[in-house]
Amino acid sequence: MSDASIEKTSKLANDLKTKFGDLLSEIHEFRGECTLVVNDNAKIAEICNYAKSELGFDCLTDLSGVDHLGEEPRFSVVYELYGLTSKAYLRLKVLVEEENCEVPSVTKIWKTADWHEREAYDMMGIRFTNHPDLRRILMWEGYPYFPLRKDFPLEGKETELPDIAFTEKAPMEGGPFVTSPGQPHTTLREPRARTIE
Amino acid sequence: MNPSQKEIGYNTKVEGDVIVTKVDAVLNWFRKNSLWPMPMGLACCAIELMAAGSSRFDISRFGSEVMRFSPRQSDLMIVAGTVTYKMALALRRIYDQMAEPKWVIAMGACASTGGMYRSYSVLQGVDKIVPVNVYVAGCPPRPEALLDALMKLQKQVAKEPLIRTHKAPKPDALSGVHVK
Repeated sequence: MSDASIEKTSKLANDLKTKFGDLLSEIHEFRGECTLVVNDNAKIAEICNYAKSELGFDCLTDLSGVDHLGEEPRFSVVYELYGLTSKAYLRLKVLVEEENCEVPSVTKIWKTADWHEREAYDMMGIRFTNHPDLRRILMWEGYPYFPLRKDFPLEGKETELPDIAFTEKAPMEGGPFVTSPGQPHTTLREPRARTIE
Repeated sequence: MNPSQKEIGYNTKVEGDVIVTKVDAVLNWFRKNSLWPMPMGLACCAIELMAAGSSRFDISRFGSEVMRFSPRQSDLMIVAGTVTYKMALALRRIYDQMAEPKWVIAMGACASTGGMYRSYSVLQGVDKIVPVNVYVAGCPPRPEALLDALMKLQKQVAKEPLIRTHKAPKPDALSGVHVK
């Protein structure tokens, strides 16, 4: 990242901070990337709208859910913004509590958020209010779990939805499938399981 | 010397237009040399399946070049790739729609056992939902491996008693198979 774009990024982050003040945390800068945490989840759409229309962040490169199991609040949603003309990146975060697992949708601002939010809902169970079509996207309608939550076992759980799909537990054999590249023999390179020492 | 005397093999002039054999043998011979595949391409194995179908490896040497994308017209389902639970019952339905007699090749580690995807979303081997005739190792297997599997399947087909294909499959023919 060039010095000019780092400068541009921190200027735009400062503009956003000046506009919204206490709604945003202090700017956390790391290796030329600026991150702001939004204190009030309900305002995320408003802040994103301003970032797009006034600061030129016209591209949402990614939107993802994160599970910090054991912390409070448990979840966060991360927005990666990018300005095609300014070539600046900006990261916004909202923290989401497990009891009130809802965030306003930003699909009206960036259409691409539609499927990203559906994925975050499908995998993490974070609901996006005012989303036009909040269905599961990878798993099927009726699947009862949110499989990317940290307390969901890797091997899965048994489910049954007649004529649609079923799932069974995968045989873990004592550990996940992990390869060890560089080993001379296939049985060492790709063991049936490798437990964490 | 009369050129006809140099002929090696069957001579219609001498023996007449008659071949004596068994119905089983001749029908199985027809079948094994024109197994029309249903290409169930679900992941990267499908690329190797395509390679097996193109000129360098040329699956038509074994009479299986007619890839049919309709289950009604195919005999052999080649499951090439990772079968997710979301796809599993669709795969089962396509298998059910194929006319008897029908065979299945599980191509690659994922189709055979779930492979490296030991996780919540992947069916741990397609033999949980359909009966598999030949498993192919590899991730993905090279086209030669698929052709070898095809030749092995041809040997199986050649030995099949014909009567099997005239009866409806018994309910326990798929015993141990996850039928929902």
